[in-house]
Amino acid sequence: MEKKSVTAKGGRQSLGEKLHNTVVYVTHHWQLYLLFLLPALILTLVFKYGPMGGVLIAFQKYNPFKGIMGSEWVGFKHFERFLSSPDFLTYLANTLKLSIYGMLWGFPIPILLAFLLNRIESTGIKKKIQLVLYMPNFVSVIVLCGIVRILLSVTGPLNQMLGTSVNFMTMPEAFRSIYIVSGIWQGAGWGSIVYTAALSNASKDLKEAAVIDGANIFQQIKAVEWPAIKDMVLMQFILQAGNIMSIGFEKAYALQTDLNLRTSEIISTYVYKKGLLDGDYSFSTAVGLFNTVINVILLVMVNKIVSKMNDGKGL
Amino acid sequence: MKKKSRFARYSTEDKALLLLGYILLGLFVLAIVIPMVYIVVASFMDPITLQNRGITFDFEKWTLTAYERVISNSQIWIGFKNAVIYSVVFMVVSVIVTMLAAYPMSRSDFKGKGFFNIIFMITMFFGGGLIPTYLLISNLGLLDSMWAVILPGAFSVWNMIIARTYYQGVPQELREAADVDGASEIVYFFKILLPVCTPVIAVLALWQFVGMWNSYFDAMIYLNDTAKQPLQLVLRSILIQNQPESGMISDMQSTAERAQLAELLKYATIIISSLPLLVMYPFFQKYFDSGIMAGSVKG
Repeated sequence: MEKKSVTAKGGRQSLGEKLHNTVVYVTHHWQLYLLFLLPALILTLVFKYGPMGGVLIAFQKYNPFKGIMGSEWVGFKHFERFLSSPDFLTYLANTLKLSIYGMLWGFPIPILLAFLLNRIESTGIKKKIQLVLYMPNFVSVIVLCGIVRILLSVTGPLNQMLGTSVNFMTMPEAFRSIYIVSGIWQGAGWGSIVYTAALSNASKDLKEAAVIDGANIFQQIKAVEWPAIKDMVLMQFILQAGNIMSIGFEKAYALQTDLNLRTSEIISTYVYKKGLLDGDYSFSTAVGLFNTVINVILLVMVNKIVSKMNDGKGL
Repeated sequence: MKKKSRFARYSTEDKALLLLGYILLGLFVLAIVIPMVYIVVASFMDPITLQNRGITFDFEKWTLTAYERVISNSQIWIGFKNAVIYSVVFMVVSVIVTMLAAYPMSRSDFKGKGFFNIIFMITMFFGGGLIPTYLLISNLGLLDSMWAVILPGAFSVWNMIIARTYYQGVPQELREAADVDGASEIVYFFKILLPVCTPVIAVLALWQFVGMWNSYFDAMIYLNDTAKQPLQLVLRSILIQNQPESGMISDMQSTAERAQLAELLKYATIIISSLPLLVMYPFFQKYFDSGIMAGSVKG
């Protein structure tokens, strides 16, 4: 009953007709707008678009009592201050290294796990292994970092096993390894779900045929399994590569100690400390904005590269 | 029988490769299990023995002290209570708002779809950042209110895309049958569409619940009142900042004893705080595959 008003598909509608159709559609389907879409729209406008106006303070000497309207404009001063400080390169490098190394080590492991799980014939055993593999994902960041600190403490089990008393948490050289290994421990199993699901959708017949044709495991992977997950791998890669600059605050902050800051201070933790601990609102906003802009550029670039490699199919 | 014959089809090299694969998988499983078992066993040990000799199976030295102290501490329970409230409210609000919004966005005839899509998508790539968001929350008078941790993240565009994709996979016949019966949008949505979307609802609900339960950043910056702090912030002071809640260790005489006890409390705290989720999630396992696959199909 409602489709009549919309489907006047003749390409040449006058503007008035179009407007009329829209009005008819909207009055007819007011529920879709007011009941279904409005709550999400309000939340988005208030909590996502609201702060976007606030980035203006990055170009100000912001004074909370005067507000955005009353504060003095200073142009790109904060950006210049950040970009010319020696800390800038350190924090940028820390951020990039942490996420790029994390991705290089962390990305292939879920795929490997999915291939291995796919080779387990008994579904009962497979389910049990999956249950264990997914478990760490449900442990909180704080608990994960708590466990890491316990295992690595001076009197902890690792030191007891090695017969040493090294304080790993205070070593800048150890921070990245700790961060990445604990990340794999927590996330690799969970990350394999998408691939496992894609693999189980791969045609069973195709695989049977390959086996009968005498294909060995590598040939089976090449002919049947890899094509089944290729798109998924690509998509996960774009998503992760696009998020390189938005590497999470929570874990890095919970693994920081005063002594490992040389490698553990990343842009997001710096933004937090400058802004909320030191109260330097404008400077912190400028650093955050810089981070966001780089992130957007990266995402666009990665998407371009991948869609070129993949015959025009991007995200 | 069938399994055996299948396995026999592998050549010798393949069998060796397979064995290597199983060993790798086994090692990975062990790497996950061992730290967890260690924490569980260590939580029952006497702190001095643990520090000097590591884990021993000298059961006379085992103790429940740590658990007694953690359980009798009120701040842990306040944290639990707050975490449950925030996570449940966040989950409910978020799933409702997301499932509702995904419906019009899933319909091909919805006018303004492209426009709203752009409005939503922009927020996935660009945001105001920490301080502007903080100032907004503060101007809205939401500091020290639970809504400060709930509302900003309640609508997730990503989850909306997942739900939308799932709706699009629902057979068109259901819609047509509803049209014939003259069902309104609301009746169709609640009575017909939602009931066939249980897997995606279950997965989104679980994600949102777990996400809120396990996070601490928003609570750390918006909630200063100790009566409002969720569990993760209480854990943070015990596990990360080495500051156990005062009542937990204050009766110990020497600093050394206090430090050892503080160390032991960590183990018990980890177990008590992680148990609820670890017990709960296996019940959701059957939804993982279908729900997550729904989200991975491009919408």
